Amino acid sequence: MSLYLFLTLAILTIISALAVVFSKNPMYSVLWLIVCFFTVAGHYVLLNAQFLAIVHLIVYAGAIMVLFLFVVMLLNLNAETEPHKSNLTKIASAISAGLFFVVLIASMRATELGEFSLPNKSNIGFVEQVGKKLFTDFLLPFEISSVLFLSAMIGSVLLAKKEKK
Amino acid sequence: MDWALLLDKTILIVIIFAVSLGIAAYSTYGERKIAAFLQDRVGPDRAGPFGLLQPIADGVKMFTKEEIIPNASDKFLFIIGPCIFMMTALMTSAIIPWGKSFNFGGHEFGLQVADLNVGLLYLFAVVSIGGYGIMIGGWASNNKFALLGALRAASQMISYELAMGMSIVALLLINNSLSLREIVDGQAGDGNVWNVVRQPVGFLIFLICAFAECNRAPFDLPESESELVGGYHTEFSSMKLGLFLFAEYINMFISSAIIASLYFGGYHFPGIDSLDLPQNIAAIVSVAVLFAKILFFIFFFMWVRWTLPRFRYDQLMNLGWKVLIPLSIINVLVTGAWITFFK
Repeated sequence: MSLYLFLTLAILTIISALAVVFSKNPMYSVLWLIVCFFTVAGHYVLLNAQFLAIVHLIVYAGAIMVLFLFVVMLLNLNAETEPHKSNLTKIASAISAGLFFVVLIASMRATELGEFSLPNKSNIGFVEQVGKKLFTDFLLPFEISSVLFLSAMIGSVLLAKKEKK
Repeated sequence: MDWALLLDKTILIVIIFAVSLGIAAYSTYGERKIAAFLQDRVGPDRAGPFGLLQPIADGVKMFTKEEIIPNASDKFLFIIGPCIFMMTALMTSAIIPWGKSFNFGGHEFGLQVADLNVGLLYLFAVVSIGGYGIMIGGWASNNKFALLGALRAASQMISYELAMGMSIVALLLINNSLSLREIVDGQAGDGNVWNVVRQPVGFLIFLICAFAECNRAPFDLPESESELVGGYHTEFSSMKLGLFLFAEYINMFISSAIIASLYFGGYHFPGIDSLDLPQNIAAIVSVAVLFAKILFFIFFFMWVRWTLPRFRYDQLMNLGWKVLIPLSIINVLVTGAWITFFK
């Protein structure tokens, strides 16, 4: 049962991720990315991490993508306003993407596929467990990342204020 | 898979959908009647006794009107926008505990579709996705007024979701659970009071944010008729417009249910346990109590709409970012300190 669910979700994830790249209209790219986030949240649920799944949806699908959509709507992108790309950038991007592909294939060949079983019935992804882990074993990284967010917020406020002068 | 459970849940979901749609339909009637009452008019009274058939007449009108899809619009997104808005409006009903469980000859029939242990967060996820319906619909219309309405809706939702989330955090500190059923049960029994007594400031913030999230007056800037024609649904006609308007009433019904569950004891009332009723009758009473609270809040939503004028846009943003968010953070701090030092 969970294998079929996983396969369905995985195929949907890949299709939606490809659609993000291949969509002509940036609006559709953003919408496909939202679908992609949903399928990833589905993977979390399969791994019994409900809390992570929901937080993933709230933060990425609910908040960040709304901002993306906001920007795309305001920019009103279409074919005429698209900046012309020179051949040099096209060749450079093709080469770098190809190199990355080679690295991916090499690493996949090198990895050994061991036995893997889904951690059924574990409560690892529940709110209590995640909270306990965060505030005991991972307290320092947690606090440091909050400082990082704070500095990012202050930085953006500073940038916004500068423009006004 | 347990087939009895599946059957139970299917029946329950069908009932809840039917009730939500029915209440939404009669909310439109109620809105006109209350507006009439507040403005000293009669209101709709032609269709049936007291105009009670008015929602049906409205429904037939919506269905039979001409379907217009603008030429320059993005047709697929234009159709899917109202669908998403309606779907998310119905989805939130899954986590609300509607009453105590029935017992039919030894078979328990619970009145909650899913008792998720992340129930409240699920609510936030679904609500934030509901905004896409408006944004997609407004953008796909290819109309400047619709786009402005959609942008207003999106920024309003983001701004007020933050304060709403912070007011919920304070509630969670007290109740120690994200499950709605546990929060409701935590407000009943000896020594427990309704959360509105324990969290008055949080309740006020949550209520204001609920108005903003439902796009109800005085926060109905996304569709303000006086400046944006019809806002995000300017180009919509026929049943697609109907879906937008209808989903708004369902949202109002669901948020009333959530306000009642989170802050007003849900399906409990003081002394419900001391009556010592048989289980099935207790279940019916509990559902009736919850619906009485819900109807009061729906009335409250309408009362406010026909009493207060609309905000200006900068006032809306100031209220959200400079008043509600700091206030809700202070509320969390005070609640935390109170729990640490006095409990």
